[in-house]
Amino acid sequence: MNALRTLVSPRGAVFLLLVLRLVTVTILNPSFAEPGQFMRYIQRVAPVAIIAIGQYFVIIAGEFDLSQGSLITAQVIIAGNLVGQDDARTIPVLLLMLVFGVLVGLVNGLITTLLQVPSFIVTLGMMLALLGGVMWWTGGAATGNPADSFRQIGRGGIRDLPVIDFLPFSVLVLAGWLALGIWLTRRPYGKVLIALGDNRRATRYAGARSWWITTRAFIISSVSATVSGVLLVGYAGVHPSVGRGYEFIAITAVVLGGVVLGGGRGWIVAAAAGAFVLEALFLVLNISGVPSSLRDAVQGAIIIAAVAYSGVVFRSRRRAAPASASPDPGKEPDAPARPPARTSAPAALGSEGVAETRAETRGD
Amino acid sequence: MKRVRIDSTVIVLGILLLTIAVGAVLVSTVGRSFFSAGNIRDILTGMSVLGLVAIGQTLVILGASLDLSVTYVMSLSSLLAATTMAGNPGNIPWAVTLTLLVCAGIGLANGLIVTVLKVNGFIATLGVGLILQGVLNTNFQGSAGAVPWDFQLIGATGIGPVPLSTLIMIALAVAVWFLLGRTRTGAHLFAVGGDPEVARLSGVRTRPPLIAAHVMCSLFAGLAGLLLASRLGVGSPTVGQQGGYALLSIAAVVLGGTLLLGGRGSIWGTIGGVAIFAVLDNVMSVMQVNPFLKDVVRGVVIVAAVAVYSRRAIVRRRSRFGPGGTRTGGDAAAIAAAPAMAAASAALDPTTTTEGGAR
Repeated sequence: MNALRTLVSPRGAVFLLLVLRLVTVTILNPSFAEPGQFMRYIQRVAPVAIIAIGQYFVIIAGEFDLSQGSLITAQVIIAGNLVGQDDARTIPVLLLMLVFGVLVGLVNGLITTLLQVPSFIVTLGMMLALLGGVMWWTGGAATGNPADSFRQIGRGGIRDLPVIDFLPFSVLVLAGWLALGIWLTRRPYGKVLIALGDNRRATRYAGARSWWITTRAFIISSVSATVSGVLLVGYAGVHPSVGRGYEFIAITAVVLGGVVLGGGRGWIVAAAAGAFVLEALFLVLNISGVPSSLRDAVQGAIIIAAVAYSGVVFRSRRRAAPASASPDPGKEPDAPARPPARTSAPAALGSEGVAETRAETRGD
Repeated sequence: MKRVRIDSTVIVLGILLLTIAVGAVLVSTVGRSFFSAGNIRDILTGMSVLGLVAIGQTLVILGASLDLSVTYVMSLSSLLAATTMAGNPGNIPWAVTLTLLVCAGIGLANGLIVTVLKVNGFIATLGVGLILQGVLNTNFQGSAGAVPWDFQLIGATGIGPVPLSTLIMIALAVAVWFLLGRTRTGAHLFAVGGDPEVARLSGVRTRPPLIAAHVMCSLFAGLAGLLLASRLGVGSPTVGQQGGYALLSIAAVVLGGTLLLGGRGSIWGTIGGVAIFAVLDNVMSVMQVNPFLKDVVRGVVIVAAVAVYSRRAIVRRRSRFGPGGTRTGGDAAAIAAAPAMAAASAALDPTTTTEGGAR
């Protein structure tokens, strides 16, 4: 009973959705269930899931990061131009990319927190500036193909394993990144970050150094985009539009995972699962013979439906069982105490949810 | 101690003047005149399309929502208009009506998804945008239709150096200004955007203003699409997406001092923001800046301009009561009653009043 309730809750809804999708794919294409095929699927999801994890940290703090897609493109082009065919340059260029990613996140974060520019605008500006800057540097034609040792990170793997036969490196990277993310959310840092997204002013009064905490979230997001870029170089190659639209995919994945835009509520694993759902959705559309021109439309409709569903379940649960607190505080509202506290803070103060605030307060 | 209130709109105009001054100097260094009639017409023409989209976007953002589907609405509107007109001037009224009806329908869908299904505006309009992209993909392979010359004139003529399209845009901005400042829907939109719960408890129905804002936003995007069709002479399925109008219009709105969280902002600030973009683009075109470098400059200017006043605009709030606040006619009565109120509350519980006073 409890497990069932978790499954239809917004936290669980994404997993239910994921199982449904995977079953659909398997019915349509039985070979998908083979371990090897499944590993390939995870390999394809890895870059999306990794930036979704990065985006999670920013969104949970009540901000946005729209610069991820451009940063991926920038990193891919940097790799293409600087590594060249020289294997010896792999490590230094990787370090350079990491530094560049940290720098971009630092700039995003500092402008957002110290100059108090809305993060939507900061990262939008960064998106334009990064893409423009990289294209200007390369003269518009993104050429170059990094050495094989570099591309192996995204494309290669450990072969000849017993059951799964082939374990791509990107699956390992994803697993490591997710573990790191879960660990971070359980550290005091993660708790304060979630608190900041929930009620900025209260957390500040409680003594949090909010500027540095939010800035670190932006750094995590940019580094995630960097890692994702490294993986994408591997199997997508160097192309000026390689990262286009990834920021929206990441935000969609995070929201599908039940994370509230506006901050303060959400689970990192569900956010990563949102990426798996999205990729499975693309896969279903691919193999079920939906005309490619209609794919966007179906995707849009499903995204709206999924988010609307999780919202409806969220509200009905609150109405039905206000007292059953979830075992994991901070991810589910403990109904009796919360509403007055939230509604007392005007929306303009910080970054309370936009539509969601309205949604849940009306549910009582 | 009287301080001059620096409104964010004033700051935007200041930035605009600064941009114009710097632009004029830069343009004169390459031996061209910034204030020539031709150049001013170019700038105003550049303002019209983004201006129309940004006016609609202002309404939605004031209601604490967003509209990312405007680009697709624009493309769809240009295609619908061009294919329905099919080169025949007699079809113009019908084509315009049909296009605007379809756009209003899309806006209604956006509004209902946001208010009834309670999906965040960001996701809802992103999804609707994807659906529209699918519709565009299935029905149109490329540019289609033909716009009769009579309709193309709208995009091509002007009064003196002022293009007709810009005049239409300004006239609509005045209409929206009136709507926001003088009508009930406008007041309710501000209330709902500021704090939906307080608005609801004050007896405002929270859904209609936001739905109206979404419908109008799509209508304005549709008008922008019509304008693009009249300029290009054909409808194009990618014209909106190529311009990146969704994010640029949001940037212009925020540049104009409207709070992304809703509830505060002005239409003239938005027009100022659009003008800054237009001047910037014009100066860079005249200077023949590398197109990729243009994006860099644009990004830096967006962030820098918002940074100039964002701290002030967010911290400073209109005082709710007293001079400069909302004038309901109750101020005098409140002042008169203040001593009695203070005495009464002191008699009730002295500790709470001292706490209240300390805040």
